Amino acid sequence: MPHRYSLSWLLAALLPLAATPVLGDDYTQARQHLLSEIERDAQDTSLYLDREALDPRVMAVIGRVPRHEFVPANQRSNAYRNRPLPIGHGQTISQPYIVALMTDLIEPQPDHRVLEIGTGSGYQAAVLAELTGQVYSIEIIEELGEQASKRLARLGYDNVSVRLGDGYYGWEEHAPFDTIVVTAAASHVPPPLVAQLKPGGRMVIPVGSRFLTQQLVLIEKQQDGQLITRQLLPVRFVPLTGGHD
Amino acid sequence: MYRSPGVTIKPQRLPVLSIALVSATALAYEVLLMRLYSIIQWHHFAYMMISLALLGFGASGALLTILQRPLLQRFAASYIINIALFGISTVACFLLAQRLPFNAEEVLWDPRQYLWLTGTYLLLAVPFFFAANAIGLALTHYRLRLARIYAADLLGAGLGSICILLLLFFVLPMQALMLLGLTAIAAAFLASRELQYPWRTTVVWLALATACLLVIPAEWRTLEMSPYKGLAQTLRVKDTRIISELSSPLGLLSVVESPAIPLRHAPGLSLNARTEPPAQLGVFTDGDGLSVITRYNGDRQTLAYMDQLTSALPYHMHAINRVLILGAGGGSDVLQALYQDATTIDAVELNPQFARLVSNDHADFAGHLYQAPGVSLHTGEARSFTASSAGDYDLIQVSLLDAFSASASGQYSLSENHLYTTEALGEMLQKLAPGGMLSITRWVKLPPRDTLKLFATAVTALRDSGAQHPERQLVLIRGWQTSTLLVNNEPFTEEQIERLKTFTAARSFDAAYHPGIGEKEGNYYNRLRNDWFHDAAVALLGDDPGAFLDQYKFNLHPASDDQPYFFHFFRWQTLPEILRLHNQGGATLAEAGYLVLVATLVQAIMASLILILLPIWLYQRYINPARYTTSRARLIGYFLLLGLAFLFIEIAFIQKLLLFLHHPLYAIAVVLSSFLVFSGLGSAWFGQTAADNRGRLIIMAISGIVIIGMTYLFMLGPLLQQFTAAPDGVRILVSVIVIAPLAFCMGIPFPSGLAQLADFAPGLIPWAWAINGCASVISAIVATLLAIHFGFTLVIAIALVMYALSLWMFPVPCEE
Repeated sequence: MPHRYSLSWLLAALLPLAATPVLGDDYTQARQHLLSEIERDAQDTSLYLDREALDPRVMAVIGRVPRHEFVPANQRSNAYRNRPLPIGHGQTISQPYIVALMTDLIEPQPDHRVLEIGTGSGYQAAVLAELTGQVYSIEIIEELGEQASKRLARLGYDNVSVRLGDGYYGWEEHAPFDTIVVTAAASHVPPPLVAQLKPGGRMVIPVGSRFLTQQLVLIEKQQDGQLITRQLLPVRFVPLTGGHD
Repeated sequence: MYRSPGVTIKPQRLPVLSIALVSATALAYEVLLMRLYSIIQWHHFAYMMISLALLGFGASGALLTILQRPLLQRFAASYIINIALFGISTVACFLLAQRLPFNAEEVLWDPRQYLWLTGTYLLLAVPFFFAANAIGLALTHYRLRLARIYAADLLGAGLGSICILLLLFFVLPMQALMLLGLTAIAAAFLASRELQYPWRTTVVWLALATACLLVIPAEWRTLEMSPYKGLAQTLRVKDTRIISELSSPLGLLSVVESPAIPLRHAPGLSLNARTEPPAQLGVFTDGDGLSVITRYNGDRQTLAYMDQLTSALPYHMHAINRVLILGAGGGSDVLQALYQDATTIDAVELNPQFARLVSNDHADFAGHLYQAPGVSLHTGEARSFTASSAGDYDLIQVSLLDAFSASASGQYSLSENHLYTTEALGEMLQKLAPGGMLSITRWVKLPPRDTLKLFATAVTALRDSGAQHPERQLVLIRGWQTSTLLVNNEPFTEEQIERLKTFTAARSFDAAYHPGIGEKEGNYYNRLRNDWFHDAAVALLGDDPGAFLDQYKFNLHPASDDQPYFFHFFRWQTLPEILRLHNQGGATLAEAGYLVLVATLVQAIMASLILILLPIWLYQRYINPARYTTSRARLIGYFLLLGLAFLFIEIAFIQKLLLFLHHPLYAIAVVLSSFLVFSGLGSAWFGQTAADNRGRLIIMAISGIVIIGMTYLFMLGPLLQQFTAAPDGVRILVSVIVIAPLAFCMGIPFPSGLAQLADFAPGLIPWAWAINGCASVISAIVATLLAIHFGFTLVIAIALVMYALSLWMFPVPCEE
């Protein structure tokens, strides 16, 4: 067979693969499918997480925020799959189910002031921006921070401020915060962040590797300043055979 | 292309030197690949990739079966070309393979990852394929003197195992790769001299091959580490850089400085802490597992944060003067002991280069920590040091050295660990002063695994030591990130329990267990839906711990010296549930290391059958249906059993002698080289014997293996016990003497079988070579699986049974 034929045969075979599962700019169907997947996952885990279902406001926002804008071009076809995706620089955009769960756990309110440590692609900040008053986000990797800042501005998230640098000391000028989300890996919870959390405030930390979240830690600061953590598995799994939730 | 027209080549002598050098280089390359892939990927995937790549040996058997006639007609050229290609491909294939964007964690979602993985297997198999071609060709060509070729192969491999371990102390892994490539080309040159191949042709082509390696641009010769490893992630931070690298077979140590944004490594720090760690240098081992060297200027207040860790608990229970720290690393636990006013601190570190970093290279930064009054640094293996120490410690502390993410995802499940076995804990308890404590800190994982397994191990160790009430000698506390278990060699006092309560309350830690704990006492500051830690501790100390262990969805059975797989938590019955949950993050429950091992076995068997044995069978069935005079079932059985049994024994002996030789590297070097060298001698000796003695000889050799092996099964432990306190040289000598007769006998059956084939079915020699190659790959995986489930003693026993069975399968002439 002449080479030109074999080449066109190869292209014809590969192109449909590149085009699936999303066609054109219409992500509505994929987004709906993602939402129902998250709902199902959340239902499975509901008893375990002490909630019947995820907050409808959170679900609505997950259905609204254009995740495809936050992933590299070569990952757009996967943007609405319920999986973490690489975004370059050794970083990832979290699995949508985990983003929804973390957002739900901090119980965001429209008047909340939120601090995020680890902007990454900016997706979590965008979700928070839709649910709270003001989001302050700090990114340690310059290129990522700059890209996220531009992206968030382009998409109209003007209640998100991104700063480059060290997140260890929080953002003193805007403290205290109702909520702190720590998505950057840290060997411990920085004492300055604890100090910048309002009494009654919540801090959430996903623990695990870049792709797989092993457990979620929710830190609640009581009105008297005492700190209580709740350690949660994102899955409904009881370690004893025949054990109960 | 090496063959000049009109040149008649008459080999004057056997190319034993080049065979030995090729074999040495191939074995060294295998060890080096393990190092390289442990750095750029993770250990368990490195194991899988290299196991599969070794099937290149088996594939070579297939090629030789099919193409043996044309290749043997041009033996000299084929032999030299294969060695030269081996040299070039050692470097080229690794450089290409490391550029494939394989990411283990994406395997769950992205089918392309399987493509990259297969590509890696195939690329890494190429060098082994060429090396095996050279050796296989020589075995077939010199079939009447093949025992000497096989002996050279084994002796060379023995030499290679020692050389690579030495080499890795002096050069970085990438430099070692280049050296191995050049060594293989030198072997090709040596081969050309041994075979008296024309000078000019040889020099031109080998100079070209050498040039191929030397012109590789420097930027291609850098290691492409996975961007998801700890070191790669840390280097993304502004101004962070590697300031020095030290390499040895124990790992590549990368020292990292981060002046703009400090590292601040303090896992398990209380949420109530108000102070942060001082400046630190990060030390990554193989690009992961961060340990730190902390700046110490003599001001104790800079270390105040160390009192806010769960591991500070023992210092609050009673006055501690004498401390033994196992796994000193960057010295964090030593600093903690100094901060807590310990007067005598023995710090044990396995890796001499790590010790050097703190005590020499960065001694000023570390405040000359290991030269501080009362502090003694000991470089060596922790168990051996403990056993030989005078003891009388108030505290023995086992450091938390592994990274959370690696531990949580099951990456250590294939790693043997001799510090967390029942016997190890028992020995440590004996070295404590009255009322002294053993303290072990682990990561808090959900659902709990290692913390509970350690608790179960401590309960068993206490019971084994004769403790009547182990429940009075244990306490376990946990924060949100780490847990600390204390094992006392006497019951804890009520006063101590009060101190524990004060300690935990001040730091927002919870008591998971202490003598007299109430059901509602813990789970306050760090709330779990169910306090699994407490419930498990109570169950493990209760009347029927077996029932709890059976019901728990992870394997919490204590590890032993015979089954030293502490991190093996996987249970098959949990797998379906985990698979159902993988979308929600359940994949992290799967303990990947064990599954990777099983996947490796399945792939190795499939690849052996499809890629190697099937083509050979098809070729002989349809293309060249030559009539052979031996049963193929016997042939397969014999060489399969030998391939499996040889490595079973080798691997089991490395483990059995590891504690005796006080160092994993000594164990690997001594056992591997002794087995290979003495097997080589056995094979050489067999080569001297007359053909009509062969039957008697094989019976004697296999009887020897079984009798010596059986004796060792029962006597080796007590025998080695006599020499445990002897100097290094004596213990090495004892090990060699123990191995020598067994290995000598083990060197005979393989060349005996080949010699039989050479007599009446020479065309089947490459087939035997292929079967043996495949069996060797499968053997290493099966031995590990058997050891995980049943222990190394059984691995040896099974190997002896296989040797006995092989006698029954010995190939003899028959009608087909």
